[in-house]
Amino acid sequence: MSSNYNKILRDPLVDNNPITMQVLGICSALAVTVKVEYSIVMTIAVMFVLSISNLTVSLIRSFIPSKVRIIVMMCIIATLATLADEFLKAYMYDVSKQLSVFIGLIITNCIVMGRAEAFAMSNKPFPAFLDGLSNALGYGIILILVSIFREIFGSGTLLGFSVIPLSVYDGGYINNGLMLLAPGAFIVLGLIIWVQRTFTNFEEDA
Amino acid sequence: MEHYLSIALKAIFIENILLAYFLGMCSFLAISKNIESSLGLGFAVIFVNSITVPLNWLIFNFLLMDGALSWVPFIDLSGISLDFLKFITFIATIAAAVQLVEMILDKFSPKLYNALGIFLPLITVNCAILGSSLLMNERSLTFSESTVYGFSSGLGWMLAIMTMAAIRQRLKYSDIPSGLKGLGITMILTGLISIAYLSFSGIQL
Repeated sequence: MSSNYNKILRDPLVDNNPITMQVLGICSALAVTVKVEYSIVMTIAVMFVLSISNLTVSLIRSFIPSKVRIIVMMCIIATLATLADEFLKAYMYDVSKQLSVFIGLIITNCIVMGRAEAFAMSNKPFPAFLDGLSNALGYGIILILVSIFREIFGSGTLLGFSVIPLSVYDGGYINNGLMLLAPGAFIVLGLIIWVQRTFTNFEEDA
Repeated sequence: MEHYLSIALKAIFIENILLAYFLGMCSFLAISKNIESSLGLGFAVIFVNSITVPLNWLIFNFLLMDGALSWVPFIDLSGISLDFLKFITFIATIAAAVQLVEMILDKFSPKLYNALGIFLPLITVNCAILGSSLLMNERSLTFSESTVYGFSSGLGWMLAIMTMAAIRQRLKYSDIPSGLKGLGITMILTGLISIAYLSFSGIQL
């Protein structure tokens, strides 16, 4: 039994990562990755919404009529996303201004819906909770990885501290502004997917 | 008039909902393999977006906003703000609108229904739709502005997915490293398209 939990916890981190393997939840993955700080906040928000929604859906799974299950899940997820948003507005106002609509967009983040549908509807509450937690972590790993690259190359800082020594700037080095714009996010994520798939020998039949 | 044109151009090219805000990526990646489905989904997004953005504007401004309920006679509700119900109301509106559009199309235009049919349910969970409603709300547009915005951000999304579908069709014949196939190359290509769209930035009407 414990090896089963182990598998649930470990699988989504690399082998079955929600972003690079299941191709879920890419929308929000890119927008918030300008700074590492934002992606950490986003990861925590998604972790909260995903694990609690998985838990709730799994608890009431035998009472949900299958015809209206999408609406029921949507309501649960929207309530949780509202909670997360209000919490951020109250305690971290600046970050919440920066993340703007993207906390709200957790509702339509396919990971949440996808895991509720694929896992929580057919599993017991505790494994469902773990599944939510580890999928959010797998999502967070990619998010933070992308944002580390974007922050270092885009603004020369990491979590707000400058990491590139001044002497390098004196030598004519300039921050790559493109990294802060949308294309940077697409390309960095594309490259990360390439590296990961090469190492795991995953091949997509396109 | 020029003002509306500028909103439209901005939503289509400069701040393209997919290429600048990353909204609707999931269906973009899944559907852009096929050019005909992309066209269908593109039209469905334009259609639903032009309906739901103004609809959500009405709901927000007459029901949810701080002091929006002051039009109710006899009871004083002007101090009430239902702002926090924004997400849940918007998504419910979108789900209901999609259902309604589906039923109306089925009744009055079976041909269009057959063309858009399978895409309509997908649209409820397309972030581009909820995203444009939330962005409309955040920018506090007026009613007519939000109508224009809804239509043109849908159009921008369709433009992006059509470009991608066209490129991916050619991609079949190219020799891509095996790890990069599929998702990886699509992301990088989207980045390149997005760079191309960057050249529109700075245009002002």
